[in-house]
Amino acid sequence: MLKTFPKGGVHPAESKYSANSVIEILPLPKTVSIPISQHIGAPSKAIVAKGDKVRVGDKIAESTGFVSTNIHSSVSGTVVKVDDVLDSTGYKRPCVIIDVEGDEWNENIDRSTDLKKEISLTDKEIINKINESGIVGLGGATFPSHVKLSVPDGKKIDVLIINGVECEPYLTSDHRLMLEKAEEMLVGIQILMKALSVNLALIGIENNKPDAIAHLQDLVKSYPGIEVHALKVQYPQGGEKQLIKALINREVPSGGLPLNVGAVVHNVGTAFAVYEAVQKNKPLFERVVTLTGISVKKPSNFMVRIGTPVIDLVEAAGGLPEDTGKIINGGPMMGKSINSLEVPVVKGTSGILIMPVEKSARKKESGCIRCAKCVSVCPQGLEPYLLNRLAQLEKNDKLETGGVMDCIECGSCAYTCPAGLPLLDYIRLGKSRVSKIIRTRKQ
Amino acid sequence: MNKLFISPSPHMYEDTTVKRLMFDVVIAMLPALAFSIYFFGMGAIIVTLTAVVSCLAFEWLIQKYMLKQEPSITDGSALVTGILLAFNVPTNLPIWIVIIGSLVAIGIGKMSFGGLGNNPFNPALVGRVFMLISFPVQMTSWPVPTGFNNSYTDAVTGATPLGVMKEGIGAGETVSSIMDKIPSHMELFYGHMGGSMGEIAAIALLLGFGYMLFRKVIKMHIPVSILLTITAFTGILWLINPESNADPVFHLLTGGVMLGAIFMATDYVTSPMSVKGMWIYGIGIGIITVLIRVFGAYPEGVSFAILIMNAFVPLINAYIKPKRFGEEVKNG
Repeated sequence: MLKTFPKGGVHPAESKYSANSVIEILPLPKTVSIPISQHIGAPSKAIVAKGDKVRVGDKIAESTGFVSTNIHSSVSGTVVKVDDVLDSTGYKRPCVIIDVEGDEWNENIDRSTDLKKEISLTDKEIINKINESGIVGLGGATFPSHVKLSVPDGKKIDVLIINGVECEPYLTSDHRLMLEKAEEMLVGIQILMKALSVNLALIGIENNKPDAIAHLQDLVKSYPGIEVHALKVQYPQGGEKQLIKALINREVPSGGLPLNVGAVVHNVGTAFAVYEAVQKNKPLFERVVTLTGISVKKPSNFMVRIGTPVIDLVEAAGGLPEDTGKIINGGPMMGKSINSLEVPVVKGTSGILIMPVEKSARKKESGCIRCAKCVSVCPQGLEPYLLNRLAQLEKNDKLETGGVMDCIECGSCAYTCPAGLPLLDYIRLGKSRVSKIIRTRKQ
Repeated sequence: MNKLFISPSPHMYEDTTVKRLMFDVVIAMLPALAFSIYFFGMGAIIVTLTAVVSCLAFEWLIQKYMLKQEPSITDGSALVTGILLAFNVPTNLPIWIVIIGSLVAIGIGKMSFGGLGNNPFNPALVGRVFMLISFPVQMTSWPVPTGFNNSYTDAVTGATPLGVMKEGIGAGETVSSIMDKIPSHMELFYGHMGGSMGEIAAIALLLGFGYMLFRKVIKMHIPVSILLTITAFTGILWLINPESNADPVFHLLTGGVMLGAIFMATDYVTSPMSVKGMWIYGIGIGIITVLIRVFGAYPEGVSFAILIMNAFVPLINAYIKPKRFGEEVKNG
């Protein structure tokens, strides 16, 4: 029996069309718009101005706190302006806009492709390097990685968990990375293990990627302490709490963090970025992005410079299909629909999914028949039908006691609802209201 | 470029709809319907058609002219209610009583609470119990299962095995002597006995149960908990005194236990939302059924048991919650 998380979950059609597309390097864009806030936490502060010349890897915005991070230029060229640009959230956010001229890299970056296995930095130096390099969680949550590595006094971490689950349908960027950059990733994992002073790292991969599992299982033989575990395919296994439960059967307490149960979770993409930062001195300014969809001519995986407009990826994959009805930044379960192809790729962009018109509209709504399917699929053991109703009625107290803050917004409830109710819409609304109340209570 | 859709996640949905679920329930009821037609002939067809047509018609009329809503009879829920109502009555029941039963089921049982999803009690059972109390004679004259030899209106009638048992025990006969007067357990299993139209053939109902489990229409918890409770409770009584209490298999195969456990108690709207709640609900139905059968005035108690437990569902939902992730931390 393959491991998985025990409570709830759904299994949407996997649709991994781009699973066999080798990662291609996307040609340089003409201009990039690099948002100065691409992570969870305090926005960074731009340190360049109009007219400045920058090189690839130069810092253009700096961290403004502990939970914040640096942003680096992904191209060489001239800063045109620092202005508000529409990003994937649907809001205009401050961006550094750079006209691309050539491809001149910061001289500190080691551009060779040789594998550098030997780790010379100490744990403190590693964490500083990761902080300096602007690395955030590349699974999509974009939480600054150095924060996760800085374990508070009194907490003990005994296991590092590496998320290679990629439970979102369609997306394949992590899958390709595990196949093509496996050694680099494993060294990255060793670096993370050193930073956390742990001797055990478990890589969790869903069983729909047998090639990646086999490849890594073969390689880890020469990496002591790293184990590869195949997991049963079940969404949302990529959720931190679900993955920890599936791999080591520990349950992160409600409202708690993985470190409460002695674990830290990092994505495979993050492990690769850590390798590049620590061993090659290369800050995070590019990532693998899947461009896919049912009608896309050439479903692809691209290595993309941060700030590249989505349109460039679409063109490289054969153009925008005629029947396009929805463009999603991320996967179909948790991604955000975007309304412009000019939106830039950011650190958290794992994929761009193009849905045809007939799959773009929501299911027709009818009344709740109390079938309890939402209750049985909720991986957090909540009652979505009830939270939905309470949120509509603005019963914030009952929402809070009903556990709305435990919702991980995986969307399994709305996915499964036979009545097509937008359960997660209301739950999110309720969650934001309740979190506001909790914040004011603390003050 | 077309106009783009913008909406929050998720962006994909399971293709299950309310309609598909309802039609799966209808498919699951087909074996039982076929057995009823085989055993009761014309009457089964007439009663089923009457109940289905009147349930659909009443729902449509009420939505259109009283509630002024867009009629939603195509969702299949009134069809399910109609078939279930027919399953719960004898096949020689006069058409006018079936129509009144349908009006009560749909009008009072369902629409007066706001339609599908809002009714606290199972509509078909509301209809059945209304008919049982209002027309006790017609509702308890059971045609004998002679197939199409049976005419609809003046069918030869006889008592149900449960009725024979109750009467016999009341008259001081021993269970073994009563057993000689009723069909064997095997005959009971495939439904060769008098009774309400859809309740007779356990094998057909179990087939339907299997189908619904396979299609993930229902979870197994409610039927299993009801059947286990009835087995355990009647088993204890039987072990205490086998001459004044029928054996558990007899209880499972007769009356409305199978129909009730599989099709009536599992009605989404009127059953609990959590697995723990489903167990409590099922155990409650099992206990009340046996209490009515063994100690009550009626030979059969499944409908009452389900309706009584329906009334507790809001309470169960309010207090019996699923276990939350990370609620109590168990590590290791």
